[in-house]
Amino acid sequence: MKFDTPAGQNPIDQLKVVGRATDRIDGKYKTTGTAPYAYERHDVVPNQAYGYVLGAAIPKGRVRAIHVEAAKAAPGVLAVVTTLETPRLERGTMNAAYLFGGDAIQHYHQAIAVVVAETFEQARAAAFLVRVDYAAEAGRFDLAAEAGAAKPVPGDSGEGSGGDGIERVGDFEGAFAAAPVTLDATYTTADESHAMMEPHATVAAWEGDTLTLWTSNQMIGWGHGSIAKILGIPKEKVRLDSPYVGGGFGGKLFVRADAVLAALGAKASGRPVKVALTRPLIANNTTHRPATIQRVRIGATQDGQITAIAHESTSGNLADGSPETAVNQTKLLYAGANRLTAMKLAHLDLPEGNAMRAPGEAPGLMVLEVAMDEMAEKLRLDPVEFRIRNDTQTDPKTPGRRFSQRDLVGCLRLGADKFGWSRRNPTPGQARDGSWLVGMGMAAAFRNNLVMKSGARVRLDDRGTVTVETDMTDIGTGSYTIIAQTAAEMMGVTLDRVVVRLGDSAFPVSAGSGGQFGGNSATSGVYAACVKLREAVAQRLGINSVDAVFAEGEVRSGNRAVPLGEAAAQGPLSAEDTITFAGLDKTYQQSTFGAHFVEVGVDVDTAEVRVRRMLAVCAAGRILNPKSARSQVIGGMTMGTGAALMEELAVDTRRGFFANHDLAGYEVPVHADIPHQEVIFLDEVDPVSSPMKAKGVGELGICGVGAAVANAVYNATGVRVRDYPITLDKLLDHMPDAA
Amino acid sequence: MKSFTYERPTDPAEAAAAVARNPNAKFIAGGTNLLDLMKLQIETPTHLVDVNGLGLDTVEPTPEGGLRIGALVRNTDLAADARVRKDYGVLSRALLAGASGQLRNKATTAGNLLQRTRCPYFYDTAQACNKRQPGSGCSALDGVSRSLAVIGASQACIATHPGDMAVAMRVLDATVETVDAGGNARKIEIADFHRLPGDKPEVDTTLKPGELITAVTLPAPRAGTHLYRKVRDRASYAYALVSVAAILGKDGRGAVAFGGVAHKPWRVEAAEADLPKGAKAVTDQVFAGAKPTHDNAYKLKLAERTLGAALNQARA
Repeated sequence: MKFDTPAGQNPIDQLKVVGRATDRIDGKYKTTGTAPYAYERHDVVPNQAYGYVLGAAIPKGRVRAIHVEAAKAAPGVLAVVTTLETPRLERGTMNAAYLFGGDAIQHYHQAIAVVVAETFEQARAAAFLVRVDYAAEAGRFDLAAEAGAAKPVPGDSGEGSGGDGIERVGDFEGAFAAAPVTLDATYTTADESHAMMEPHATVAAWEGDTLTLWTSNQMIGWGHGSIAKILGIPKEKVRLDSPYVGGGFGGKLFVRADAVLAALGAKASGRPVKVALTRPLIANNTTHRPATIQRVRIGATQDGQITAIAHESTSGNLADGSPETAVNQTKLLYAGANRLTAMKLAHLDLPEGNAMRAPGEAPGLMVLEVAMDEMAEKLRLDPVEFRIRNDTQTDPKTPGRRFSQRDLVGCLRLGADKFGWSRRNPTPGQARDGSWLVGMGMAAAFRNNLVMKSGARVRLDDRGTVTVETDMTDIGTGSYTIIAQTAAEMMGVTLDRVVVRLGDSAFPVSAGSGGQFGGNSATSGVYAACVKLREAVAQRLGINSVDAVFAEGEVRSGNRAVPLGEAAAQGPLSAEDTITFAGLDKTYQQSTFGAHFVEVGVDVDTAEVRVRRMLAVCAAGRILNPKSARSQVIGGMTMGTGAALMEELAVDTRRGFFANHDLAGYEVPVHADIPHQEVIFLDEVDPVSSPMKAKGVGELGICGVGAAVANAVYNATGVRVRDYPITLDKLLDHMPDAA
Repeated sequence: MKSFTYERPTDPAEAAAAVARNPNAKFIAGGTNLLDLMKLQIETPTHLVDVNGLGLDTVEPTPEGGLRIGALVRNTDLAADARVRKDYGVLSRALLAGASGQLRNKATTAGNLLQRTRCPYFYDTAQACNKRQPGSGCSALDGVSRSLAVIGASQACIATHPGDMAVAMRVLDATVETVDAGGNARKIEIADFHRLPGDKPEVDTTLKPGELITAVTLPAPRAGTHLYRKVRDRASYAYALVSVAAILGKDGRGAVAFGGVAHKPWRVEAAEADLPKGAKAVTDQVFAGAKPTHDNAYKLKLAERTLGAALNQARA
């Protein structure tokens, strides 16, 4: 199905199943421990052995020799595969770092060997016996030190944000110089780790020249092609299966060392092999969100109209790596005739920087929305009002190009009302509750809405059961449930008549889970397949498909009502289709919007920051399942709070690695950090986006929330910290005297 | 994890003897720290002596009016003990500020005293660390040191004792009771139990090889407000950046020990007379000679302000 004109009335609009708060259909498996994650696929193939990955102990240089004799002789060891005996393997799609092969070390904990043994403990113990000789080389690890040499480069997050190295509209410098009120401030954001609960993990088995990987991956289509490319085997000889994923956040968009080394270990040992990356390897072996240095300049008239806005970001990466697209939202969020955005990239020899939940917008809005707060204060304007005054209904660069839907102002107004924003004292450092300095902050949320080609197959059996198959993944987002809701709505059955099977590369290729495009795109693919199945059903029953009504497990036409399953009495009916999107995403700017409001307390003595309550109001098209959508948004708000207050991969700039590479050192918020969260979705449909009239929400929740926290800290204390995370040591010297 | 042998004796002296005769043996109680370290081969004992069969798991009154806490009393049970809650609130609060419920259910009194540092370089076997591998150097000195020691450290090591319980025991003037392989009992003042790194950072305590902790005794209760204030980056399940264990009267008189700042719970009794003058008068003395790194210099101000908060609380 080609989607190239805005959706009209369609069966989804019945909203009998879609749009209703629905428990996850996979929830009972996850809460009872019966949803098998990759490392637990004990039943899929017998005789599994265990692989343990050894990471490089230097950040840059060459491996001279790897001594494996002792490891090979250790109890239970079946095989040792080293990088020196393996030619350098190709890279997967959109990756900068090589995963394995050859003697070059690009970053700390790059995989250099896998030890395969009968048990995990034997493999791990043997890995400690491997001795490696290195020729270390000097590297560059300090973004601040390298920023001066950074060059403007184009970049694309692959997830909906990107552009040229420098983009200009009008005359920024002239307008900024002429503006009566200006702000020029520089901020930094930290390297962050996805820190998902389930580590990267794979079971690999060869049958002749055919490889099966039971793995944990967000993007089966990408992974399928990448693993074939990396291993140099035909795609047809590879199968990936990833029905359950214990969190990804962008860290599992790509094939990682677990999959590659499980495959190589299985080949070498002649046994199926399972490999999980250990927690330290997740920080330094895989990808992370790169740190940024961002400068924002805003010029405005006395009454708060923005006349000039510039946002420049510098980040670092390995050779062939991309910049963090942190300036993207600044092209679209606010009006202003004169604009400049720039992305610069410095070469660093740290592990690869790549996509993490809302790449670009997440760190970009952490900065832009603090700059807006600072500018509002200079203008003596309420920060909500300042944003409303600078709303735009068109792409500022191309004024003829409208947003498909944009109700940022509605989000801001409703949020301010519900949160009690009018009770905020605009003068910072005034509100007190016992030993807590209390402050409120807000920020706009913005994230582009991508639409991606997505396929599905739908099958009807004689009992009236509808089975959906697509390689779409559920990474904790609720894909299973919204896909079931879509099929149930389309075929006129209840949810318990729908079976959803996901994550298998044998199924039609879907959009996958990334860039908050998965939910809307994958359900649209299911919609397309169901439209075909409805036609096939009508044809089988001799009913004109235009007249057919699918409801309550029946197909009805005129006075006739036939149980749906009867259409499959002579054998199952199957239909497959792929939705493709053509043009509307170019004609219209499609984005999602929101407003975050946060109240924090800052301990007057210790400067500890604790969030007291949070509200997000979101305008993101039709909400397919308000329950799982809310979970997505509060998860984003939690992750954004972590970025604002504690999350930082601490760079050892001498030794060239992230030193705090476990969950004791890399702190993410715990329950006690997040006391009260509320989410409101505006009642919105966006027929330009898809037949589902939905958009993404998986990343909107993280966008801007960090800035709202930062602005609340400022309102509480009067201290403006421009370097994330806002830990107490950065506040302490500026705190008022405790009384 | 390397392979190891295992035994579970029933007599304390027998347990001590088992460890004393094998330089590669270690005691194991709750295992909440040791097992993690063994998996990473930071600790590589070839023999484990399980002390969970020794009893030593009760809290009893002493003739002096104090409490004798068995070495194997679990953190959860100790924190919940009615006598501890009533008379030694600083200890109960410190225990509950540590780790998580699940860990406290396993962790023991003696094991908690013996937990090892959380310095990131101690945990990465590819990096130099004198505590893990004597003579290899200290990566933390010019590395990531935000959480590490500001005082009492050396050029060989700037690790901290990461615990909370020991800080409370320090302000309570606790005594550690031990038994050795010969069955001889010994008492070690808590002040002398943990050592400073000096040029032997691999040695955390003054215990002799094979010497087994049997109990910790607390003297008769000390009057005053018992406070434990743990400052950290998140609200729960994090190590202290700085902690303050204090017993304070309304006039400010009392005792105070600091956690998260040194290789041992840090207390300077001579400074305590100045508590009524306010926090700065005390911390100027307590932290005289401090040598913080660029990353952890904030701890000095933080310690002062946290003590100030404790004094305010006691006076309120």
